[in-house]
Amino acid sequence: MTVDSATDQGRRVFIEEAEELLAQLEESLMELEDAPDDQEIIGGIFRALHTIKGSGAMFGFEAISSFTHGVENVFDKVRAGEIPVSRDLIDTALKAKDLIKEMLDSDDGAGCDQAVMAGLKEKIDGFLQDGAAAPAAPPLAAPADTANGGQPLCSWRIRFRPPANIFATGMDPTMLLDDLKELGECDIVGMTEEIPRLSEIDPEALYIWWDILLTTDKGRNAIEDVFIFVADDADLNIELIQCHDDDADDGENGRDHVKKLGEILVERGDISADKLDEALSEQSKLGEILVNKGLISPHRLQSALKEQEHIKKVAQAVQQKAAAREKTASIRVASNKLDHLVNLVGELVTVQARLSQLAAGAGTDNQLIFLAEEVERLSAELRDNTMSIRMLPIGATFSKFRRLVRDLSDTLGKEIALSISGSETELDKTVIEKLKDPLVHLIRNSADHGIEPPEVRRQAGKPPEGSILLAAEHSGAHVLIRVSDDGAGLDPEKIKAKAVEKGLIDPEADLSDAEIYNLVFAPGFSTAKTVSNVSGRGVGMDVVKNNIDELRGEIEVESEPGRGTTVTLKIPLTLAIIEGLLARIGSERYVLPLSAVEECVELRAEDSSVSERRNLVNIRGELIPYVSLRERFGISGQAPAIEQIVVTNVLGTRIGFVVDEVIGQHQTVIKNLGRLYQNVREISGATILGDGSVALILDVAQMVHAAEESELASVR
Amino acid sequence: MGKTILTVDDSASIRQMVTFTLSGAGYDVVEAVDGRDALAKLKSTKVDMVLTDLNMPNLDGIGLIREIRAMPQYKFIPVIMLTTESQAEKKQQGKAAGATGWIVKPFKPEQLTGVVQKVLR
Repeated sequence: MTVDSATDQGRRVFIEEAEELLAQLEESLMELEDAPDDQEIIGGIFRALHTIKGSGAMFGFEAISSFTHGVENVFDKVRAGEIPVSRDLIDTALKAKDLIKEMLDSDDGAGCDQAVMAGLKEKIDGFLQDGAAAPAAPPLAAPADTANGGQPLCSWRIRFRPPANIFATGMDPTMLLDDLKELGECDIVGMTEEIPRLSEIDPEALYIWWDILLTTDKGRNAIEDVFIFVADDADLNIELIQCHDDDADDGENGRDHVKKLGEILVERGDISADKLDEALSEQSKLGEILVNKGLISPHRLQSALKEQEHIKKVAQAVQQKAAAREKTASIRVASNKLDHLVNLVGELVTVQARLSQLAAGAGTDNQLIFLAEEVERLSAELRDNTMSIRMLPIGATFSKFRRLVRDLSDTLGKEIALSISGSETELDKTVIEKLKDPLVHLIRNSADHGIEPPEVRRQAGKPPEGSILLAAEHSGAHVLIRVSDDGAGLDPEKIKAKAVEKGLIDPEADLSDAEIYNLVFAPGFSTAKTVSNVSGRGVGMDVVKNNIDELRGEIEVESEPGRGTTVTLKIPLTLAIIEGLLARIGSERYVLPLSAVEECVELRAEDSSVSERRNLVNIRGELIPYVSLRERFGISGQAPAIEQIVVTNVLGTRIGFVVDEVIGQHQTVIKNLGRLYQNVREISGATILGDGSVALILDVAQMVHAAEESELASVR
Repeated sequence: MGKTILTVDDSASIRQMVTFTLSGAGYDVVEAVDGRDALAKLKSTKVDMVLTDLNMPNLDGIGLIREIRAMPQYKFIPVIMLTTESQAEKKQQGKAAGATGWIVKPFKPEQLTGVVQKVLR
């Protein structure tokens, strides 16, 4: 070894760091395309390039360093405003990013396509020389709405009491209120306490005044401008309540303090601090006390309460924004260390279960029971924590697809926009990794087969630009991931014809649309007439299906001809530990995933004999089919007189599974069964119970499926 | 239906600029050369808003505003006066007479439309 180990280590860290920077670079470039004037983004791009260049040279990646240097120079000029941001520039930068990645991945840190490199270098030099490589490419225009006064977001308390004769000056105060609403989030409380009795009202006078809470980033001048014509005559009071700093790192100050009602009233001068303290000493609802004592009017109370609400609302919104933007301070850990940790936690949970069982059987040994409870609490917390460490927001994966869609639009000559929602949704790291390929396939399919070329879309009365929506959301113990497009939709007839041709279904088969759509996941199925280099090689959708099955997820396809297709993936949050329902049949124990279980009911021997093997049970008026697991698994012995039915619900189908006894809820650490059993569909894994014995975990969806099939077979 | 604005000024160039700007913004504009002419136009046409200069022969701006407020049908319409920086006192008189607001001369076309949009909806 000639390389000294410190440098070697440095190289490894550099490669990791550079990969992260490149990913960030790509994301920033895509953002820059939407907001070409954003100095912050340009600065970020420059810094990423700068770091790659600097660290690269330090760890002996000269080729990378010198190439990056040129790109960095370009962005230095962009930052200085000397080179405009154009599509051409972003294209070049993206290609440069790919090239750096290629060099990084090669063994010697310099290997790449020399022709590409030369071409890019030329392009970069062109940018540097004349400030605009392609005069034809117009600079990207910034969307109008990015402009903002540059002022911090602040909440203001405005008390506006126009003169009673305001109408005589031709001014309508409601217009002023409307103007305020345009400045930002606005809550207005009308004060009607001074309206006289009807007999005394002057119809041309104004008796109402307003308390207004406004949160805006436009600053005090903008607010004063609204009142410019009435400021002299009206009673106008504009006070700053607080500014909301959405930079996450400013600690306690950043956490907006929501003022107490009393504080607000005192600040407004509606009540003195002494009177407030006096009232407070009585200890019940402050607002009611003050009103009852006649210290303030109900209207003023209502207005102050509104302020509290307004600030809470704004603070919440600001915090959400900050959280989304928050760059999580993090330590990088090799993922196999995490996997190991999860395994250990799994074993700990198993041991804890044994301990709890032992303690329960020990009777009166209080100390043991106490200890067992402590261990149970701690291991549960440890388990949740460990699981949360493995959770990552899916956004990072989603934003990689922006590049994919951009490239696809170019290759296919279609205009496609990708919109993303729910990128903050968290999923287990391994799950996210396994989701990547299926999502790539689905997006490619949408782009290739779904979205029509611009002319076709125009003829169909659709906007020429197609859109693909990538959305993630939580739904119980699952995450739903949707890939929707507004393209041509699936043609059931075509799919059916194809499936018949491929011998996948019987020509006579009477299938619902949903069943037909599912055929696209059959191995070797592809409806594309010509094979393009994007998709349609006849692989793809079945791979998607397999990947999702591996994750114990489900796929659903919805489509409307001419309107588009939506593929929904339902993915469990985590792979390692689930909540299960432990049940016993004979001496065997089984775990059913609790997420699929709806309820448990008794099945008496006389009931089952009455149904005469029709295997239907009446639960609150609904007939529910059931499967006897004892029969299905061929477990010998006599069933007890009263069996239990575990009623499950899979995609809306309710079906019961008969067991001897339901033992209870069980934290189930899933262990794979190993390669020998990989073809067993009804069992998804095994778990080790408290007493050290093994229980099999049932795959409820597959069980339902298998039961349906065998039932159909017996009918035929 | 478009709103009608009456512009009152003895300077033809100002009138022209106001008319050009406001017609461009979609308003119907009626011109008057002084306060007396304005009163006559107000009686013959239904006007939604008045823009008036202050220094004019025959009937000046302040006098015109008082007359407008005395007419029942125009009691509540917006009236904007055109003032110069030095006329702070006149501004006060105008407000007292019932003016809604003011524009300080010289002004740019977008300032004019801004003020009109502020008081006339």
